[in-house]
Amino acid sequence: MTEVLDWLAVSCILAGALLSFAAGVGLIRFPDLLSRMHTAAKPQIMGLALILLGIGLRLYPEPQIGILVLVLLFQIFTVPVAAHIAGRVSYRTGRTREDLIVVDELQEQLDRDRHDPAGHQVTER
Amino acid sequence: MNYLWVTVAVLLGAASLLSLARLVIGPTILDRALSVDVLLASAIAGIGSFAAFNRDPTVLPTLLVLSLLGFVGSISISRFVAKRRPSTHGASGEKEDAS
Amino acid sequence: MTSATSPPRPPMSVRIGQRVIQLPTLAGLLIAWVLLFGELSVNTVVSGLLVGLLVMLVFPLPPLDSGFRIHPRATLFFLVRFVVDMAQATVRVLATAFSFGRIPHSSVIAVPLRTQSDLLFTLTAVCVSVIPGSVIVEVRSATHTLFVHVLGAGAEDVEQARADVLRLEERVVRAFGSRGEIERLASTGGTS
Repeated sequence: MTEVLDWLAVSCILAGALLSFAAGVGLIRFPDLLSRMHTAAKPQIMGLALILLGIGLRLYPEPQIGILVLVLLFQIFTVPVAAHIAGRVSYRTGRTREDLIVVDELQEQLDRDRHDPAGHQVTER
Repeated sequence: MNYLWVTVAVLLGAASLLSLARLVIGPTILDRALSVDVLLASAIAGIGSFAAFNRDPTVLPTLLVLSLLGFVGSISISRFVAKRRPSTHGASGEKEDAS
Repeated sequence: MTSATSPPRPPMSVRIGQRVIQLPTLAGLLIAWVLLFGELSVNTVVSGLLVGLLVMLVFPLPPLDSGFRIHPRATLFFLVRFVVDMAQATVRVLATAFSFGRIPHSSVIAVPLRTQSDLLFTLTAVCVSVIPGSVIVEVRSATHTLFVHVLGAGAEDVEQARADVLRLEERVVRAFGSRGEIERLASTGGTS
């Protein structure tokens, strides 16, 4: 029984490590910051979840594994906030490569706001 | 089963090296912040794998600290960049970014 | 963290001096504390209650009860679909990362959400940005519009991506929304 759990744990951790590696590859290969942020999000949530599952399976009767749930919860609540702020700043400061963006409805919206300032609603924060 | 653990170590090491490379060449500070995030994720994965390999739960609180550290780091860098450079992209962005 | 326990309509709360202590939040803090120590004993529960009370007295938060409820079956459906979506999106981004020689193109799309509740709006936004392949670049809370950067989406994939986000919103509302929110969803035309 523990044998099976061990194999499951190793495959989970292996999958998580593979996601981390893919994030590294994407980080080098992708052309602009916003695309790179997509790959960064992968090991942060999905890879972490897989690795935590692996740790939990390996350490199963240990009462300390409650911490793993907390780690995942904190990560799920904090990563979107950080990603949103970074994405917003990188878009607003013009760090995106416009030649790689096919459809850009935010730019259209911003243009509309500029021509019609009365209809402009102040954004959050 | 040992060779699987070695594969995990190699993959995580390669991921760290790749993000280090982006840390060195990354053209802007936000790229570097992002690569530090990925580096931190690899570190969490590595420490977690260590705990799983040795069946040793003593390092688990470190994971908690590291996951929160990444959040504080990337937020503060983004806010810093937003404050320092005025917007060049949309005219309506400036006052919100500066706040 | 309060999402683990569902606050009933008049939120369970206790007054201590000027501050209102919300019991669901306290329970969430207590659960986090017990998980942190990894053992369920009198010591951890009592110290957890004390620390939770102290935290809530020193850092008060506005109450969080605007029509949040849990529909168990819809929540289960939402969670299962969420995991499936995560897996699919991960495979897609993985394929993009390893398809050497091709530079991925992307799009920024505007998705006007139908819900009026800020909490459901936030939950949907969190889910969208947790799923790999989509990053939120801008939020208009006045019109409840998300601006999502979708990796690898050309002009022909834009409508598909928008429909995906709207379906995700529908699942969130069906799982956590009040009856009025679910009815609004039906009246503005569900997508699935």
